[in-house]
Amino acid sequence: MPLPATGRPALNCTGLVKRYGDLTAVDGLDLTVRRGECFGLLGPNGAGKTTTIEILEGLLAPDAGAVEVLGSRWGADDDALRRRLGIHLQETQFDERLSVAETLGLFRSFYRGGPPVADVLETLGLQAKAGTWVGQLSGGQRQRLAVGCALVGDPELLFLDEPTTGLDPQSRRQLWSVLQRFRAADGSILLTTHYMDEAQVLCDRVAIVDGGRIIAQGAPRELIASLGAAHVIEFGLPSGQDAEPDAREIAARLAALPGVRDVDRAGDRWQLGAEDLQETLPALMRFAEEAGIALVSVTTHAATLEDVFVSLTGRRLRDV
Amino acid sequence: MSDGGPFRHPLAALTLARFRLTIREPEMVFWIFVFPILMALALGIAFQSRGEEPMPVAVRDAPGAAPILAALARAGDLEGVVTPEGDELALLRDGRAHLVVVPGSPPTYRYDPVRPESRLTRLLVDRALAGAAGHAPAWTARTEEVATPGSRYIDWLVPGLLGMNIMGTGMWGLGFGIVMARSRKLLKRMVATPMRRSHFLASLVVSRLAFLGFEMLALLGFAGWVFGVGNEGGPAALVVVALVGALAFGGIGLLTASRARTIEGVSGIMNVVMVPMWICSGVFFAVTNFPEAAQPFIRALPLTALIDALRGVMLNGHALAGVGVELGLLAGWGVVTFTLALRVFRWQ
Repeated sequence: MPLPATGRPALNCTGLVKRYGDLTAVDGLDLTVRRGECFGLLGPNGAGKTTTIEILEGLLAPDAGAVEVLGSRWGADDDALRRRLGIHLQETQFDERLSVAETLGLFRSFYRGGPPVADVLETLGLQAKAGTWVGQLSGGQRQRLAVGCALVGDPELLFLDEPTTGLDPQSRRQLWSVLQRFRAADGSILLTTHYMDEAQVLCDRVAIVDGGRIIAQGAPRELIASLGAAHVIEFGLPSGQDAEPDAREIAARLAALPGVRDVDRAGDRWQLGAEDLQETLPALMRFAEEAGIALVSVTTHAATLEDVFVSLTGRRLRDV
Repeated sequence: MSDGGPFRHPLAALTLARFRLTIREPEMVFWIFVFPILMALALGIAFQSRGEEPMPVAVRDAPGAAPILAALARAGDLEGVVTPEGDELALLRDGRAHLVVVPGSPPTYRYDPVRPESRLTRLLVDRALAGAAGHAPAWTARTEEVATPGSRYIDWLVPGLLGMNIMGTGMWGLGFGIVMARSRKLLKRMVATPMRRSHFLASLVVSRLAFLGFEMLALLGFAGWVFGVGNEGGPAALVVVALVGALAFGGIGLLTASRARTIEGVSGIMNVVMVPMWICSGVFFAVTNFPEAAQPFIRALPLTALIDALRGVMLNGHALAGVGVELGLLAGWGVVTFTLALRVFRWQ
């Protein structure tokens, strides 16, 4: 029995493959975005996020795999499908000598329906900049305009490729609130990002992408819970004490501390995954005192998607 | 608000945006309007009063120079200057003298026969000196001086400048707009909307044609007002020729910009296309100056066809039928380049 229209996914793809010469950018990727949800593709640069999203947007042809967007496939009636989508690309530079309202009006003219430009300006918080040339906008204002150009056609599904990369924290929060309002009005979103906090704030579900594949998928809270450690304790050892085989012995003793789930070491920084800080932190301090080790800059934080990525790949998401 | 009224239609909205972008670009306004007018003004002034000035002649500082100077002065249209032997060639090279007379019996003329003004000066000097030596001319022809509008250099030059401007702004206007949008990934972004690709390309052409009207009014209005340059063939024929020319160069501009990713890249291609036509197509001097063997190629160039058609209408008063061959050639260029451009065009 066919599902009712609202029950069908906003987007579905299976077995997606894209190769550039010897490089396989997307390597057998399956993905489903439900109606009304915000789905995040998370991964480091070069993981295949942009290639994936551009295939789903119908801008790139995959070498293999099937894509279904809002119940349609690319290649049949693309214009009709595009009218129902809002697309934000990485690195679009709008004409610098058009004003904000003129740019939105231009994109608005490509769609049959959609809110008046004045309403979009209000949603973006750019009313005061309506008559300003794009060339005079700040980075955050430009990004909001770029998202606005994706919203002018009143889309059912919004694609966003790294919408907040390079923005200051305040600009990012302004953009988040624009997207949260779109969500609240039953819009579906697929976004890519390499900011963990962004995915945690915005996304109902995330897929962690690495090497063109999805290596984990689920609600951010579930993924973090799957670590089995709600907290991360980070510290350094004074130089000289992190040499092998000392380090190996220290690692073994740390792992034996109560409540420690795993031990990670990156250079001179150590990380302990812990279920309960109250239990593990005092034990760590006692161990340091008994062993005569002075711990350097101890910090703790609640486990994040970043920690999920580190535990899955052994690398950090934003390796620089 | 800018989303109301007739500009709701994507073609109208795209054309309006292109129009705004052009007038907000000061360089564009300069190249479209100011440059051709400055060119007409400079060349018009440079060539206007040439014919009335006496021809400069160098007379070598040697015994016998004085009677030669006197004979030249009597002729009225020659101006003799006594010059040391060492300076003669420099004077000839710089155009400060068209001919050198070395006194003697008979005198010797030194000049470059390739320069028309030198050949002319030789005749005038010869006549003056022969008269002074007592050789009376067989007869003196009556002369009738012609300086009416329509037969001066400026009359010939203005259609050339107009053709050059149609080529330049057509190619830059289309090419820059496209490559700029491509290099900023704006083209890709627009393709991601339901915008029709044909609307984007048509908007470039339509806004070009609008500017063409302003360009023609500016250049022809100026030339008419300052130099009295007219248009024998009437405005309708002129507008049709200009339109066909603009469409042909629109197609060529589209083709040159169809794959280039950077402004530098497209500038290079455009110069390769345009510079030969600036030189060969008869903007500043007649095409017949080039060798016979090159004529078929030069005649086939779109700018040659456009300028010939413009001169045919403006100077000879041809109707459209009189410039049919040129119009057909231009239309052919337009159709072929448009078709080719649409096939190879890179949207992303």
